Amino acid sequence: MKTSNGSFLGTLGLVPVLVLVGIGFVSAEDSKSQMPEKTQASNLTNNTNGTTNLAPQKAPTVDAKSGAAAFVNIAQVLQHPRCMNCHPTGDRPLQTDESRPHAMNISRKSEAAGLECSACHATQNSDEIGIVGGPPGAPNWHLPPEDTPMIFEGLTPTQLCEQLKRPKDTGGKDLAALLEHVSHDALVLWGWNPGGDRTKPPLSHEQFVAAFQTWVDSGGACP
Amino acid sequence: MKLLINGKQVTVDVPDDTPLLWVIREEVGLTGTKFGCGKALCGACTVHVDGKPKRSCVTAVSSVQDKPITTIEGLEATDGTLHPVQAAWVEENVPQCGFCQSGQIMAAVALLAKKGKTVTDEDIDAAMSGNICRCGTYPRIRKAIKRAANAMEEPK
Repeated sequence: MKTSNGSFLGTLGLVPVLVLVGIGFVSAEDSKSQMPEKTQASNLTNNTNGTTNLAPQKAPTVDAKSGAAAFVNIAQVLQHPRCMNCHPTGDRPLQTDESRPHAMNISRKSEAAGLECSACHATQNSDEIGIVGGPPGAPNWHLPPEDTPMIFEGLTPTQLCEQLKRPKDTGGKDLAALLEHVSHDALVLWGWNPGGDRTKPPLSHEQFVAAFQTWVDSGGACP
Repeated sequence: MKLLINGKQVTVDVPDDTPLLWVIREEVGLTGTKFGCGKALCGACTVHVDGKPKRSCVTAVSSVQDKPITTIEGLEATDGTLHPVQAAWVEENVPQCGFCQSGQIMAAVALLAKKGKTVTDEDIDAAMSGNICRCGTYPRIRKAIKRAANAMEEPK
């Protein structure tokens, strides 16, 4: 007993996205922290620009030039449609490789009104249960929260790098937490196994994680 | 496989990847939930899982084991009293052909669970735009949602 594919609407080609939510970085001048979150919080310091950064925990083991170069590659991944489509400038997610606004008037307001992304985006791609042309899916499909939207769209690599290191934009998480997130989060990993004819990010996941490790080891140097 | 549908536990023997919609309709016999597009694009198959809207046509049944599932048949009270949203639908004479209406009602119930009497037109647009009505009953759906919102706030 399988579903019929007799859709009268046809395929929208809903674009899967890679969501980097709840991730965080320390500032460029700070270095990677391996300390527990509770300890990190005690090291929060205020900068002259009004942002809060984690105090340095460990000296960089990679030079800034290499770290900044690695971030240029990282940015290419983050701004690929598989990632960027759920990190838009506004409240409305994007879809397809053309990064068009999501059909059906979907936005953060939808979730606030009771319609979560997971209403349609199941824990697996629809075609995995025999539904060709249905929505992509992965565990915990969602947008970043409204108060930390983690915008990837329309930023330069430098702006993106700096944003990712501002704890007020990332929920105060550190570089190590980010590296863990991009290495193992199921929704992140989906970006490299998106199914259908969806394009994949320009780096392999292994290359992406390696670049991230380099960037983290540089203390988060920005291009 | 055991499922909890409308407060009752049922046992079905189906492959893990069977869409929930087919289990509800063909195995359990609850045909109020409709097959529309079959691709989570129209909303006709909307049910609640853990109280939240879910397009049952793209939901693998194995993913909702042991989670409370509510269909349109499970909205009314045990004494047969209609849910306030269902009652509002009757009062506003919303359906035309009716095919999409169980999905519309399930979406509206979830919307009002979040917004209650404060529901706005913008909220309705944000929550209901994924539920398609080919008869174009949208103005009546909007009126019925507002009527239900008010009714749900009335003292009993």
